[in-house]
Amino acid sequence: MKRFVLLVVSAVLLVGGGDVSASAVNDQKLMAKKPAKLLSAYGLFKDKSARNPGPALLRYELNNPLFTDYAEKIRYIYIPQSAGPAKLTTHDEPLSFPVGSVLVKTFAYPVSFQQKNSSLRFIETRLLIHKSDGWVAYPYVWNEEQNEAKLKVAGKRLQIPVIWEDRASQIIEYAVPNMNQCKGCHASRDKQITPIGPKIRNLNRLDAAGIENQINILKRKGYLSVQFPEIENLPKVPDPFDERAGSLRERARSYLDGNCAHCHAPGKPADTSGLYLNYEEERDVHWGIDKPPVAAGRGAGGLKVAIKPGQPDQSILYYRMNSVDPGIMMPELGRSLIHQEGLKLIEEFIKSLD
Amino acid sequence: MGICANYVRKLFGSVSGRTVALLGAFLVVIFYVPIAMAETVIKVDAGANAQEELQEALILVESGQTIELGEGIFVLSDGLSLDVDNVTVRGQGMDKTILSFRDQKGGSEGLLVTSDQVILQDFAVEDSKGDAIKSKGVDGIAMINLRVEWTDGPKSTNGAYGLYPVQSKNVFIHGCVAIGASDAGIYVGQSDRIIVANSRGEFNVAGLEIENSYNADVFDNVLTRNTGGLLVFDLPNLPQQGGHNVRFFRNKSFNNDTPNFAPEGNIVGIVPRGTGMIVMANENVEIFENEFYENDTMNIVVASYVDDFDDENYQPTPRKIHIHHNKFGKSGLDPDTGEFGAIVRETLGTPVPDIVWDGVLPLMDYFVFGQDEEHKLAIHDNIHLDGVRPFGNANLIMHVIAPIFHKAHYDMSPYQKSYPPLPPVEVIIRGKNAMELVQ
Repeated sequence: MKRFVLLVVSAVLLVGGGDVSASAVNDQKLMAKKPAKLLSAYGLFKDKSARNPGPALLRYELNNPLFTDYAEKIRYIYIPQSAGPAKLTTHDEPLSFPVGSVLVKTFAYPVSFQQKNSSLRFIETRLLIHKSDGWVAYPYVWNEEQNEAKLKVAGKRLQIPVIWEDRASQIIEYAVPNMNQCKGCHASRDKQITPIGPKIRNLNRLDAAGIENQINILKRKGYLSVQFPEIENLPKVPDPFDERAGSLRERARSYLDGNCAHCHAPGKPADTSGLYLNYEEERDVHWGIDKPPVAAGRGAGGLKVAIKPGQPDQSILYYRMNSVDPGIMMPELGRSLIHQEGLKLIEEFIKSLD
Repeated sequence: MGICANYVRKLFGSVSGRTVALLGAFLVVIFYVPIAMAETVIKVDAGANAQEELQEALILVESGQTIELGEGIFVLSDGLSLDVDNVTVRGQGMDKTILSFRDQKGGSEGLLVTSDQVILQDFAVEDSKGDAIKSKGVDGIAMINLRVEWTDGPKSTNGAYGLYPVQSKNVFIHGCVAIGASDAGIYVGQSDRIIVANSRGEFNVAGLEIENSYNADVFDNVLTRNTGGLLVFDLPNLPQQGGHNVRFFRNKSFNNDTPNFAPEGNIVGIVPRGTGMIVMANENVEIFENEFYENDTMNIVVASYVDDFDDENYQPTPRKIHIHHNKFGKSGLDPDTGEFGAIVRETLGTPVPDIVWDGVLPLMDYFVFGQDEEHKLAIHDNIHLDGVRPFGNANLIMHVIAPIFHKAHYDMSPYQKSYPPLPPVEVIIRGKNAMELVQ
């Protein structure tokens, strides 16, 4: 009932502000029990091809994004005007977004990686919606014509042709996750769906254009309270591939945090292994040093420990990052290729340990 | 029900909550039940679109409903998952409804269950790239008359675990078959309140393993042609450790003759070919009325954790292991040539005694104080073949520290004692004793 009043109020506010256009976000559709069949029904974007975000969407980047087969990711936050700002939780948890918020993420490939600015082919757009009884995750898959994205609850396998920077071409076996697989990573400690990326330490960085710190932009938009702490007082993880951003160790741990810790952290789906790769884990054995495997099966590759200091080729961590066999590779979901740059970073990091 | 009551509440805003509830229940009886009855079973058949249809059913199914799988082979390309509470997935029999993952491209298990009060029964999962059927962090999981199998036989490239409940409460495994796992065919880890019964493990590295778990009853199972039959382990540095209160009774573990094919680096790689049972670490394990025979290395070994560890909360030596009224047949004549088997042969000779203890204790206890009487092995009323030593203490500490002074001990008299029987385990699924599901 309260929510209904809020919706009415926000609708009135919108009318009052003369801001009602074809692109107004349809909060009612977002909050409905069942998902819309088409992405366009939510009114998040001005156009059917979702190239132009509505005014309420704010684009953001992360310091240590998950690798997903070199796909470009375009991320937006939406918070309804009436819902108030997101709140700071602990540093290792995502911001607390109010009910009504939506995180939008589109996965796309350029026609060719040779031209950075060549037009993007959208593959899928995932919505994380904070409904009144918790977050839900909906994957929408784009059509060939790029003018319609349809809900696919059971996921989908796609063959995506790509041309790499060195002109080599390849077909990527792209897997759109099903709704359960979304939760496989997006699971909180109490087994509910939750955002992963927008932790304050991941958001604390310049925007995509490289002009302004995202925290300030979020504040100006009203998505963070003006009373939010100053940037200097907020934690930050380094961009793993920017050597000026942090030490090798910090960058490697940042990479592992972004790519592994959604499962490999206490209370998360892979905590059964006792391997915790979250940024704040300080116990050597738990972040992998000389740690024997528990249930890795052939994923261990005949190796005895997760990280053997100085010896990447004796480290299960490196071995599993360097595989595309579903019974071996890590992460389990989200990639069919090896992340060469990430592998190199971890190789150097393990070599540096003694 | 909830939605219906809300609807009524909207219509009769001023009526008291109780009246609304009653009215709601009334409406449910009139309108809801017949429709619900018609919808409670969702049928899915094997066919070209099996992956999408079955996964979609597993996502859209509602609490209280059953997914019924038709006869035939479901060819699947990705791991399946279920995250809705109180759902039954039922096939037409473990040899009739087959989920085949031979062409699996993604996902690290065949079927993953993350919701509570789920019953899986009467189907098979074959050739998954990783584990076959896993439940993680659930309360109430029943696996009944299932078969999990890697159909090319024992291979180190097979998935690790067949049936794999982990971090779960109220686990019930009954009438299942597990074949070819490169770790354990049936494996229950970091769980509490467990029954594994009437099941069979063949051609796995470990037939049936209980690890880092509390309160388990393992009975009437048959383990044969594995590397090792029954295992109860406790490992360090895990969210749940300190395994205790595990009973093994009326099981048969015999002719476990498959050479160890675990991928190197896995703890189960230590299991010697021809082991009836291994107890490693743990406290309060009761082993009774089982039969062990034709195991080339040994029938039972009670041992401490073998590797280095960095965990001050971990207890690496087994305590209060109670072995009684078992029947032992011919075994221990040809120990495995691997590290563990070789040391057993070297320290104890052949035929290896029926019950082997590694003799490892914390060093102060070993050299100064002796083992606390309250922790000692208790062994009585077992049946052994004539001419076979019933018991041997391999005395491994001396074997490592000063081999020339090493001597094994065969005197069982310090351990001829008893502990009170452990209480039976009751597993509750959907509010009822789980044994009712199979009666």
